[in-house]
Amino acid sequence: MLQINIDACIGCGLCEEECTYEAISVVDGIAEVNDKCTLCGSCVDVCEVEALHIEREEKQVQSDFGDWSGVCVFAEHRNGRIAPVTFELLGIGRQLADDLEVKLSAVLLGSDLSDKASKLIAFGADTVYQVDDTALEDFTDDAYGNVFEDIVREHKPEIVLAGATAIGRSFIPQVATALETGLTADCTELAIRKEDRTLLQTRPAFGGNVMATIECPYSRPQMATVRPMVMKSLPEDQGRKGEIISYTPKPERLQSRVKVLNSVKEDRDQINITEAEIIVSGGRGLDDEKGFALIRELADALGGAVGASRAAVDSEWIPYPHQVGQTGKTVCPKLYIACGISGAIQHIVGMQSSDMIVAINKDPDAPIFDVATCGIVGDLFEVVPMLTEKIKERKTS
Amino acid sequence: MNIIVCVKQVPDAKDVRLDPKTNTLSREGVESIMNPYDRHALEAAVQLKENYGGTVTVVSMGPPQAEEVLREAVSCGADEAVLVSDRAFAGADTWATTYTLMKAIKKIGTFDLIICGKQAIDGDTAQVGPGLAHRLNIPFVTCIRNITNCEDSLLKAERLMDDGYDVLEIQLPALLTVVKDINEPRVPSLKGKMKAKKISITSMSAEDIGANPEQIGLNGSTTQVVRVFSPEPRGEKTMLTGSVAEQVEQLIEKLEAIQ
Ligand SMILES: Cc1cc2nc3c(=O)[nH]c(=O)nc-3n(C[C@H](O)[C@H](O)[C@H](O)COP(=O)(O)OP(=O)(O)OC[C@H]3O[C@@H](n4cnc5c(N)ncnc54)[C@H](O)[C@@H]3O)c2cc1C
Ligand SMILES: Nc1ncnc2c1ncn2[C@@H]1O[C@H](COP(=O)(O)O)[C@@H](O)[C@H]1O
Repeated sequence: MLQINIDACIGCGLCEEECTYEAISVVDGIAEVNDKCTLCGSCVDVCEVEALHIEREEKQVQSDFGDWSGVCVFAEHRNGRIAPVTFELLGIGRQLADDLEVKLSAVLLGSDLSDKASKLIAFGADTVYQVDDTALEDFTDDAYGNVFEDIVREHKPEIVLAGATAIGRSFIPQVATALETGLTADCTELAIRKEDRTLLQTRPAFGGNVMATIECPYSRPQMATVRPMVMKSLPEDQGRKGEIISYTPKPERLQSRVKVLNSVKEDRDQINITEAEIIVSGGRGLDDEKGFALIRELADALGGAVGASRAAVDSEWIPYPHQVGQTGKTVCPKLYIACGISGAIQHIVGMQSSDMIVAINKDPDAPIFDVATCGIVGDLFEVVPMLTEKIKERKTS
Repeated sequence: MNIIVCVKQVPDAKDVRLDPKTNTLSREGVESIMNPYDRHALEAAVQLKENYGGTVTVVSMGPPQAEEVLREAVSCGADEAVLVSDRAFAGADTWATTYTLMKAIKKIGTFDLIICGKQAIDGDTAQVGPGLAHRLNIPFVTCIRNITNCEDSLLKAERLMDDGYDVLEIQLPALLTVVKDINEPRVPSLKGKMKAKKISITSMSAEDIGANPEQIGLNGSTTQVVRVFSPEPRGEKTMLTGSVAEQVEQLIEKLEAIQ
């Protein structure tokens, strides 16, 4: 329950302004809370006179956290390839492990893994637990979830990280539920509070309009999925030493109630936009599929991937895996070039954390310019080909 | 086929915006809507019912106002609606939410399929579907973009992956979460609207579902939000000027600076 100290409340209305749920309002000079309150605590933080308070029962901790030690990263592997987010996880994982003075481990599941484990060591892991089994060739939530859960139970890391990818976001919540612990989705910042070894997990909510820092105080491990392209990986170092341990799961744990009949690759450009450092995106301003060819040429010249607004996808100029936004993918490349995209909020939420945003639009009032680092007001049919031309020229000179 | 659809009432994301001057959330006219993905979940369920028979029950955990989205769901084809509501549920994280929904669903009875949206647009966690499936000990698949067939308790469907899609066979009972690609949600029919007006919505409290008070709401949550704040304002903004050629030239200089 949110408690309001009516003697302290000055009716300033800061809490009312802050609340996203319309759960608190000032009535006759005093704040009043209604049923919509989700106890998110943002009003408590903004109250300048400390009139608001959320009461929480003191809880018993699960057990002695002393047994739990180390940082563990899920190494995502599919079709003979380690997902790039894995190296980013090893980068941040190494940093957290060093802060806590513990080991960094990685769990590698799949089939035909050859020397992939040593690559994880070169990127920062001290120990790799590896399961190489044909039952893990296709991703299934059952088999991956069970085996990962068992390895975590056995080795008891205090922190478990996985990529916020299609695979990570699918099976990790089940693992957290099985381990009876909390999970924070889509983190963009992780840090250790040294006094109590707590992992401070920061993530965007409301499509990036709000940030929240979350802790997992009563149970271990502390689990988080991490957005691709946010954390920095370490340079590869073949000289790094580490241990590779083969783990043999119980046969029943490899079984799945879901069968993969077929796996189809659909990305026209081979580059998955969530992994791209450069994205050139096009919207309705391109008029037709032929217009979209301009986007592709610019992306090729820059060595980037092609993105799109929903309007472009709905017009079938480009398939859905390229859609950026609320109902598409969330991306955060170093460079995002939006061409002929108005910047509807549903699009913005999917790309606003990109390092640099360039907007090309003929309408000076297009909302895309509000989030752009650099804006060009002009006709994209003029600007984009010229840009492509100049970039090609520079490359060859 | 008996299908349960989990729907959530959320603030409309397009209205939740940061006021650039005060750097606070402007909630002017924030409307509550049915989570957009849940519309697609509901549509998928209604289509399955139309093809294979059965009933569609919508469930929502939320404050009394969440009744609005349940009525809306009925107007779009749901047969029954259950509101799981109790002050004690407030402040639930995904762990406490899945516990509560699991208890409520067990109370509702048997089912062949549960369908959720891929994620709720307020928290964006995508954790409730998989967590709920685990608690009910049923298989699940996330991000379903197409349901092709259902025969003898075997459902064929396509799961969206980062690089394409997988074609799957799923043993029922199971839980699916769906992406918007799966269908185009229908608009309410006149008959549906009439039904939505009249239907009596079953309400369940913490006691009704036999919930352990230590597992629900804020106190039952495994995670704790310790700080909510506005993101760092974006860096410097420049609108380029000059002829097109000059602007392109300036842009190239900027691009070179970051590479
Ligand atoms: C629940 C929901 C979810 C959604 N999810 C998404 C999502 O995930 N992703 C997404 O993108 N959208 C999403 N949308 C849709 C979104 O609201 C917008 O409709 C969409 O993003 C608009 O796409 P657009 O900018 O390409 O088109 P428009 O809004 O039509 O913009 C076209 C722009 O091109 C400019 N232009 C035209 N011709 C030229 C030219 N020659 N040179 C330069 N500029 C030109 C125009 O000035 C205009 O600004 C969603 C909507 C809803 C309701
Ligand atoms: N309070 C709730 N009541 C009913 N269904 C919910 C609730 N919260 C989440 N869901 C369902 O779980 C999905 C994922 O939500 P989330 O994990 O919060 O992103 C939603 O699309 C809904 O189908």
